[in-house]
Amino acid sequence: MKKLLPLAALVLIVVTVQIITEWTDTRFYLTQLTMSAYYALLIIGLCVVMGYAGQISLGHAGFFAIGGYLSAALTTHNLVAYQNSALIRMLDGLGVLVSGQDIYGDALIAVTPWAACAVAVVSAAVIAWILGIPVLKLKGHYLAMATLGFGIITYRIVLASEYFGEADGISEVPAFQLLPGLAVSGDFGAREENYYIAWGLLIIGMILLRNLIDSRVGRALRSIHGSEEAAASSGVDTARFKLQVFVLSAVFAAVAGVFLTHYNGGIGPSESGVMKSVRYVAIVAVGGMAHLWGAMIMGVILNFLSLRGVFGSYDDAVFGLILIVVMLFAPNGILSLNWRGYAYMIFRLATARKQSGGKTDGPA
Amino acid sequence: MALLEISRLHKKFGGLHAVNDVSFNVEHGAIKAVIGPNGAGKTTLFNLITGTLAASAGAVQFKGENIQGRKPHQIAACGIARTFQNIKLFHGMTALENIMVGRHLRSRAGFMASMLRLPWSRQEEQKIRGKAMELLELLEIAAYADVDATSLAFGQQRAVEFARALALEPALLLLDEPAAGLNMHETAEIGRLIARIRDLGITVLLVEHDMSLVMEISDEIVVLSFGQKIAEDVPAAIQDNPEVIKVYLGE
Repeated sequence: MKKLLPLAALVLIVVTVQIITEWTDTRFYLTQLTMSAYYALLIIGLCVVMGYAGQISLGHAGFFAIGGYLSAALTTHNLVAYQNSALIRMLDGLGVLVSGQDIYGDALIAVTPWAACAVAVVSAAVIAWILGIPVLKLKGHYLAMATLGFGIITYRIVLASEYFGEADGISEVPAFQLLPGLAVSGDFGAREENYYIAWGLLIIGMILLRNLIDSRVGRALRSIHGSEEAAASSGVDTARFKLQVFVLSAVFAAVAGVFLTHYNGGIGPSESGVMKSVRYVAIVAVGGMAHLWGAMIMGVILNFLSLRGVFGSYDDAVFGLILIVVMLFAPNGILSLNWRGYAYMIFRLATARKQSGGKTDGPA
Repeated sequence: MALLEISRLHKKFGGLHAVNDVSFNVEHGAIKAVIGPNGAGKTTLFNLITGTLAASAGAVQFKGENIQGRKPHQIAACGIARTFQNIKLFHGMTALENIMVGRHLRSRAGFMASMLRLPWSRQEEQKIRGKAMELLELLEIAAYADVDATSLAFGQQRAVEFARALALEPALLLLDEPAAGLNMHETAEIGRLIARIRDLGITVLLVEHDMSLVMEISDEIVVLSFGQKIAEDVPAAIQDNPEVIKVYLGE
């Protein structure tokens, strides 16, 4: 019961924020809040890998990009030229293709968003699995460097490949009809429903991961972080669990990528950039590493501020600075700081000044 | 057939023969000790048995099966649990959670069942918790169940590590210097605990420096020196063995 309380509070806050934006006519904030929720989805997945299982990844923007780019490419590339090939006809028979017209009025045949989403997420999982087998044998700095390598490769591939739109990325990505009447799209009219889709997804993600951490699997992951040798002696197949949690977090990243791409109507190479991966790692650190709620809250707040342009052109510099300050002054995350103590100290200082002020003004 | 049969086990580190052609058996229900001066190869021997290190040659047979070459978690699954010379608890986890990790092999919830909190996995979780609490009580540390394990006092940390190993319900328990860092009173306590573990039907193989403890609780002792076995006998005979005395006291 006690564990349901924060989730209930979160739901309440999400609804309240939406109502407030309605009242104050500031609905435009919902756009950034929606995007922040998708980034936070990636970040909580990364938090389980880094904070709980103790395995760093500097390549998670890569998995986000695999999700986003594959779903964008599959739903936008016109297959009309191949419409008589056996493969296309078979796919059409399976109902995974959709026909329509492109913006110039020409015939368009592309993959449906549901099928594209499935392909994108499964691809990210398979790539994470193939990458993870050799790479997760590494530890610490070496693992960081290897995953960084993966991030760089993904970035250069989407930047160089014509299929993925080179430096322009992919635009005109259609809406993703989840259910009848419920679509992931950037239409202004669908702002509220998209806000709830994003936050609904994030809350489901939080429930799943919170359950995971507090379970046999979660304990196994945390034991690997604590001592790999002792974990193995307790019967934990450390290599298998590391690989599985890595794949799980890649799936979270890819799902975030798919949804955000449909929401934005496109994706560009900067989404797969190394600076993005560094940013995600920084946010997990700010949240307190092994702190799912901290990662989620910081993921939303910092991405929201960044998307609102609060950090201006110094965006990445701000994240670098945050990383330095947190490592120096709050290595366990800023939620773990003694906020009550600080508040008390400030209160005491304030009242002390008032008292001394009273003395000088007194009838002396 | 003995529970554990070590035959002609050999481990080379470069030119150093850390374990050199060592053979001995551990019988069901016995308490057997491995002693020897520093650098005799005792911990290396343990690491070979538990799969942390791969042997250069030789075999380790457990319940008649050759387990040499298997991975540590597979060896744990065979029924061999261990503690470490420098206690290795999982930081950021409570004493109870540490012991619950020891139930890993006796439970089966995977990623899906855990994330969805399926009814059967919740029941399993209850059982894991119950068993871990039982062990905390057996070791008289139940009061510290919810304390971060690595912030406990040294003796209590050792007890948590014992409980974690016992949670596997092993057939064989390997104890790497269980009395290291303990005072005389605590050492006597550990001795009683080891005897009690044996009464639970668990065979014990231990490495230990504290001679009073070893002489008191062991059924048999193996003496290693520079990687080689120089004696294997009952405690009384080991005490009078001239070779052993020479190794320990010099000529």
